[in-house]
Amino acid sequence: MNNPAPAASAPPPAPARRTIDIVNASLKRRYAREARFRFMGAAAVFLGLLFVAVLFGDIVAKGYTAFAQTYIQVPVYFDPATLDPDGNRDPETLANADYLGLVKASLRKQFPQVTGRPQQRELYALISAGAPQQIQAMVRQYPSVLGTTRDVWLIAGADVDMLVKGQIDRELPEADRRIKDSTLTLVDQLETDGRIERRFNTGFFTNGTSREPELAGIAGALAGTFYTLALTLLLSFPIGVGAALYLQEFAPKNRWTDLIEVNINNLAAVPSIVFGLLGLAVFINVFGVPRSTPLVGALVLALMTLPTIIIASRAALQSVPPSIREAALGIGASPLQTQFHHVLPLALPGIMTGAIIGMARALGESAPLLMIGMIAFIVDSPQGITDSATVLPVQIYLWADSPERGFVERTSAAILVLLGFMVVMNLAAVLLRRRFERRW
Amino acid sequence: MHTWTLMLVLLGAAALAYHVGRKRAIATAGGSERINTLHSLPAYYGFYAAMWAAIPAVLLLGLWLGVQDQVITSLVKASLPPQSVAELTPGALGLLMNDVKNVASGNIASGAVTPAIQTAADHYARLQNLARWTQWLLVLALSVAGMAFAWSQTRPTMRARNRVESVVLGVLILFSSIAVLTTLGIVLSVVFESWQFFQKIAPSEFFLGTLWSPQTAMRADQVAADGAFGAVPLFTGTLLVSFIAMAVAVPIGLMAAIYLSEYAPRKVRSVAKPLLEILAGIPTVVYGFFAALTLAPVIRDLGEQLGFAVASESALAAGLVMGIMIIPFVSSLSDDVINAVPQAMRDGSYALGATQSETIRRVVIPAALPGIVGGVLLAVSRAIGETMIVVMAAGLTANLTANPLASVTTVTVQIVTLLTGDQEFDSAKTLAAFALGLTLFLVTLTLNIIALHIVRKYREQYE
Repeated sequence: MNNPAPAASAPPPAPARRTIDIVNASLKRRYAREARFRFMGAAAVFLGLLFVAVLFGDIVAKGYTAFAQTYIQVPVYFDPATLDPDGNRDPETLANADYLGLVKASLRKQFPQVTGRPQQRELYALISAGAPQQIQAMVRQYPSVLGTTRDVWLIAGADVDMLVKGQIDRELPEADRRIKDSTLTLVDQLETDGRIERRFNTGFFTNGTSREPELAGIAGALAGTFYTLALTLLLSFPIGVGAALYLQEFAPKNRWTDLIEVNINNLAAVPSIVFGLLGLAVFINVFGVPRSTPLVGALVLALMTLPTIIIASRAALQSVPPSIREAALGIGASPLQTQFHHVLPLALPGIMTGAIIGMARALGESAPLLMIGMIAFIVDSPQGITDSATVLPVQIYLWADSPERGFVERTSAAILVLLGFMVVMNLAAVLLRRRFERRW
Repeated sequence: MHTWTLMLVLLGAAALAYHVGRKRAIATAGGSERINTLHSLPAYYGFYAAMWAAIPAVLLLGLWLGVQDQVITSLVKASLPPQSVAELTPGALGLLMNDVKNVASGNIASGAVTPAIQTAADHYARLQNLARWTQWLLVLALSVAGMAFAWSQTRPTMRARNRVESVVLGVLILFSSIAVLTTLGIVLSVVFESWQFFQKIAPSEFFLGTLWSPQTAMRADQVAADGAFGAVPLFTGTLLVSFIAMAVAVPIGLMAAIYLSEYAPRKVRSVAKPLLEILAGIPTVVYGFFAALTLAPVIRDLGEQLGFAVASESALAAGLVMGIMIIPFVSSLSDDVINAVPQAMRDGSYALGATQSETIRRVVIPAALPGIVGGVLLAVSRAIGETMIVVMAAGLTANLTANPLASVTTVTVQIVTLLTGDQEFDSAKTLAAFALGLTLFLVTLTLNIIALHIVRKYREQYE
C-alpha cells in the first residue's frame, strides 16, 4: 500500500486517513463507554438488591427483640384479707378483688427503701399494667395460693423491657432518658439478684391489641385476617375461575366481550383505595352491610383480587392444548363436560398459582380496609364474619402510629409475621408451579 | 346466625333432591339396566332436581333478608302512637326506632324507656319472631315445591343435561359480568357522591383553588371557618411525590432490566430477578413503616448536618420509598419488552461493528421505547394511586410547594383522612373525598388505557 520512498530529502507524504484508523482512534473511548454502561447496569441491580437487604435487615433488627419478653420475679403475698375478706372463696369476690393493690404492696415490700409518692410511682412502673390480671388468673386457677407467699414472674413494664433489651441508652443524660436513675438502680439490683428474665413472648401471639406495648398481641388481628381472607377466597375463586372459563372458552367475539376484557385489564390497575370508596358507598351505605366486619372487608378484597385471578386463570386455560378439547369433543362430551372434566383439571395448577398470588396481595392490602372502618380498636378476637375486626396490615398501621418505643418493636415483629405468611404463600405458588407445570 | 342454619338446611335439601332426582330418573327408565334409554346420565337428573330445590329458595331468602328489616321497621313505626311521633324530625324518629330495637334485643336504650317504647319494642320482637318463622316456612316450602316440580318433570325423554348446562352457562356469564358491574359500581358511587359535592362547591373552586382546609361547621352556631376546598395543593403534592418516585424507579429499574436481559450471565439473572421482584410483593404498609420510622429520620438528620430545613414528614422520604417499591414494576415490564426485540436487530448492529452498549442504546432501546413508555405510564398510575406509604410518611398539611424537603399531602392521604373517623354523608367534607376519588380514578384510568394500548400495539408489531 505504501509507496516506496524515492529519496530521503523529499518530505514523507502524510499517510491517507483510513477508516480503520478512525475506528481505532475512537476504540478506547468506546470501550470505556461500554464498561461504564455495563457498570451502571450492574450498579442498578446491586442497588435494587441492596434495598431488599436494607429493608429486611432494618425490620429484622428492629423486630426480633419483640419475640422475647422481660419478666420480673416478685415475691407476692396472697393476702386473704384483701383478696377474700369473707373467707368463703367465692369466685365472684376473688374475681373483683384489688389485685393492683396486691401487686403494689408486694413491690413496696420488696423494695422497702423506696419511699415518697413519685418514687413509688416509678417503682410500680417496673411491672406491667397487665400484672394484676396475671395474678388474678393465678388465683382463679389455684385458689390454694391464698395466704401463702410465692415468687411470681410478672410481666415487666414497657420501659424496663426496653432497657433490658438494650433499646434505651444508659449513657444519655437522665433528662433525655425515659428511665430515671433511681429506676436504673432498681433494675440493676433485680438483675444481680437474678430476678429479671427474658422468655419467649407467647403473649404476642395469644393477646389481642392493647394500649400497653408489653401486653399487645396480634391474636385478634390474625383471627380477623383469617376470616377476611377465607371469605375472600370463597368469593373470588369460584367467580374468577367461572368468569375466566366463560371468557376464554365460550364467549363469542363481540363488542360486549371486548368491553369485559378491557374492563378487567383496567380494573387490575385501579388504585386499591378506589375499591375502598366503592365498598363504603355501595356495600355499606346502599346495601347496609355492617361496617368494620370481615364480611364487608372480604367483599371489597374479593372484587380487588378478581382481575388477578381471572387473568391468571385465562392464561392457564390458554396453555392447555386444543388437542385435549378436540379429543373430548370427538368422543361425544358436551362442551361443558369437556371443560369441567378435562380442561379445567389440567389448568388447575396454573389457576391455583394465580389464586395464591391474588390472596397474597389481599393479605398485604390495607388502604381500602381503612375506608370501610376496619381500623377500630378491637381487643377481642372476632368470633365470626359479622363481628367487628381488624386485619394484620391494618394493625401494623395502627401500631406504627403509636409513639411508644415498645410499639416500634411490636410493629416490626408483626411485620415479620406478615412477611412470613407472604413468603410461605409465594413459596407455595412457586412449588406448585414447579411440581405441576407441564410443557405440551 | 339462624340464616346460616337455614342455608345449611337448604344445602341438605339440595343434596336430598339430587339423590331423589337421580333415583326417580332410573325408576322412570325402568331400572338401572335400562338407563341407556335416558336422554342424559342419571346424575344430570339429580343436578336438575337439586337446582330446582336450591336456586329459587336461595333467591327468595336473599330477597327476604333484603327487605325484612325495612318492612318490620315501617310496621312498628306505623304502630307508634301518632301524637308522639307527629312532631319528631326524621333524625329523632330514627333515634327512637334505635331505642325500640335496643330494648327489643335486650340492650341498653339511650334514654328512659317509656311505656310507648316498651310496647313498640314488644311489637318489634313479636314481628321479628313471626318473620323468622314465616321465612323458614316459605323458603323450605319453595324448596320442596321445586323438588316436586323436578320430580314431575323427570322422564326419560327430558333433556336434563342440556337444561343443567344452560343454567351453568348462565351462571358463568353472570360471573364474568361481575367485573363490569364492579367498574359500574365504582363509577356510579364516586360520580353520585361527587355530583352532590359539586352542588355545594363549584368545580372551578375545587380544580383551580389553591387553599385546602376541609373543615365544615358541625352545627350552625359554630365559629369554625367555612372549609376551603381548593385541591390544587393536593394535585401538586401527588405529582411531587410521584415525580421523586419515578426519578428513583425509572433509571434503576430500566438499567437493571437492561443489565439482566442483555449482560447478566444466566445464573446471575435467575437469582437476581426473583430477588428484585420480592420488592413488588412486600405489603405497602411495610414500606410506609420503613419510610416513616427509618428513612425519614435519616433524611432529616442528614439535611440538618448539611444545613437544610427538612420537615420530618418530607416528600423526599415518601417519594424515595415509593420509588423503591416501583423498581420491580418498571424492571419487569421493561424486561419483557426488551426481550421481545428480535435478536436479528441486535445481530445486524453487531455486524456493523457496534459495541454492545451502542447496540442497546441505538437499536434495542429505540425499538423497545413504546413498550417502555407504556410500562412507565403504568408505574406512574401506580405511584399516583399508592396510599399507605404516603399516609404514613407524608404530611397532612396542604402546602403548595415544589420543595422535596417540605411536607406535602396527596390526594390519597386526604381521602383516607376525610373518610376515617366519624362521617356524615351530607357534609361537604365527606363528599370531598369522593370528588378526590373520582379525580384519582379518572386520571389513573386514562393513564392505564393509554399505557395498555401502547403496550398491546407494540407487542403486535413484533409478533
